[in-house]
Parts: sequence; structure tokens; C-alpha cells
Amino acid sequence: MNGELILFFVLAIVAISAALGMLFSRNAVYSALFLILNFATVAVFFLLLGAPFIAMAQVTVYAGAIMVLFLFVIMLLGAEQIQHQARRGWQRPLAMLLTLVLLAESAYLIFTRSDVLTVLQPAAADYGSPQSIGMLLFSEYLLPFEVTSILLLAAMVGAIVLVKEDKKSGGQK
Amino acid sequence: MIPVSYYFALSAILFSLGALGVLIRRNAIIIFMSVELMLNAANLLFVAFARANDALSGQVFVFFVIAVAAAEVAVGLALIVVIFRNRQSIDIDEMSNLKG
Repeated sequence: MNGELILFFVLAIVAISAALGMLFSRNAVYSALFLILNFATVAVFFLLLGAPFIAMAQVTVYAGAIMVLFLFVIMLLGAEQIQHQARRGWQRPLAMLLTLVLLAESAYLIFTRSDVLTVLQPAAADYGSPQSIGMLLFSEYLLPFEVTSILLLAAMVGAIVLVKEDKKSGGQK
Repeated sequence: MIPVSYYFALSAILFSLGALGVLIRRNAIIIFMSVELMLNAANLLFVAFARANDALSGQVFVFFVIAVAAAEVAVGLALIVVIFRNRQSIDIDEMSNLKG
């Protein structure tokens, strides 16, 4: 019981520090690596919450595929370091203020609606197992599942068409 | 066991950091990564409440969110590559051609 709480707090500190590191790194490659660390800790949170299938999907799809794509594009463009230029001075304090307002709203919700936020009970043995997720996915959520495949195909075709060099007008840009 | 409100607080902090990143950074790729951070915070809350209500549908929804995020990243990064090819920069302050 207590060990789980300690694990939660250590992981929460790692996740928040990784998010802060992503925000304030000068180099975009470091930002991407911090974000991978954050995704990995969130995957461990999924394991703690009894969602092993989602945790594995998180590691393979997010930390694996998506972030490798990010690193690829950052290095392809050579856009690691964008030089900072003069910007309007009021934007950064205003952004900080708005973020604090957002946090305060969430804190208000947490502290006033604590009656619905119960303590987690130990789950059933097969809760969140790949079998039960698969059964749900292919019975109740079959149509959204198939629509997702069409969405992924459209995104793939769209990405290829967007990046393709135009052969006829390629030279005279 | 851990109360759900702890996960709620963690998710709120991560979401706010993502929103802050969208607001203060000028590099389009970093802004994109901040959006991923916000999606991830929402996923964490989905799984936590699915566990609290003993309903697996929340986990299925997170699965769909991950799939949509993958599609979004593919198209978004393609757009960034095309913009960089045309303007030699991905600073969002320079993408002001549509301004009236």
C-alpha cells in the first residue's frame, strides 16, 4: 500500500520535471527526449491503473513511432536551435497568468467535487487484459475501429502527397 | 491504494504545462510536442476514471485517441516539412501571410 504511494509520487515528480524540461530546453532534440521520458512514466502510470494493453500501446506507438518521427523531422530540417528574436514582452507573463488560472480551476474542481473522487479499489483479475479489451473493441466498438483504419490510411496518403516533390514545377521555386 | 484525485491533480498539472508550452514557445515542432503532452494528460485521466468506475470503455477510448494522435502527427509533421521547404523557417511568428 505505502510502497505504491511512494512509487506514485516519485513517478509524478519525474513526469512533471520531464514536462518542464521539454518546455524550457533550448535544443529541440532535448525537448523530444524529455517528452519520451514523460511518455514512459505515463506508461508506468497506466500499468499502476490496471491498463497493461494501453501501457504497451503507449510505449510502442507514442514513445516508439511518434517520437522517432519527431526526432527524424527535427534532424532532417536541422531545426534544433531556433534563434530567439525580439518578441512582444506582454505575451509571456500573460501566458503564465492564464496557465495559473487553468491550474486554479482544476484545483477548485478537485477540492469541491471530492465526493465523487473515490479511493481506487483493487480491480478484478482480468480487468484491462488484452483479451477483454479486444472483445470490447471487436464487438461494441467495431465500427469506430474500422473507421480508425480508414483515418490512418487517409493520414498516410495525405502525408505522402504533401511531402512529395512536384516533378513539373520542382526546379523553379 | 491511491485516490483518483491524485491522478486528477497530476493530469491537470501536465495539461497546464502543455498549454503553457503552446502559448510561450515559437518553434512549431515544440508547440506540436506540447499538444501531444496535453493529449497524454487527457489519456491519463481517462484511464484513471475508467478504473474508478470499473468501466473498460475508457481504455478503449484511449486506444482511439492514440490512433488519432498518430494520424495527426503524420499529417502535421508533413505540413511542417513543406512549410520549412518554402520558407526556410518554422518560427510561427513568420507564418503571417494570411494576416489581413
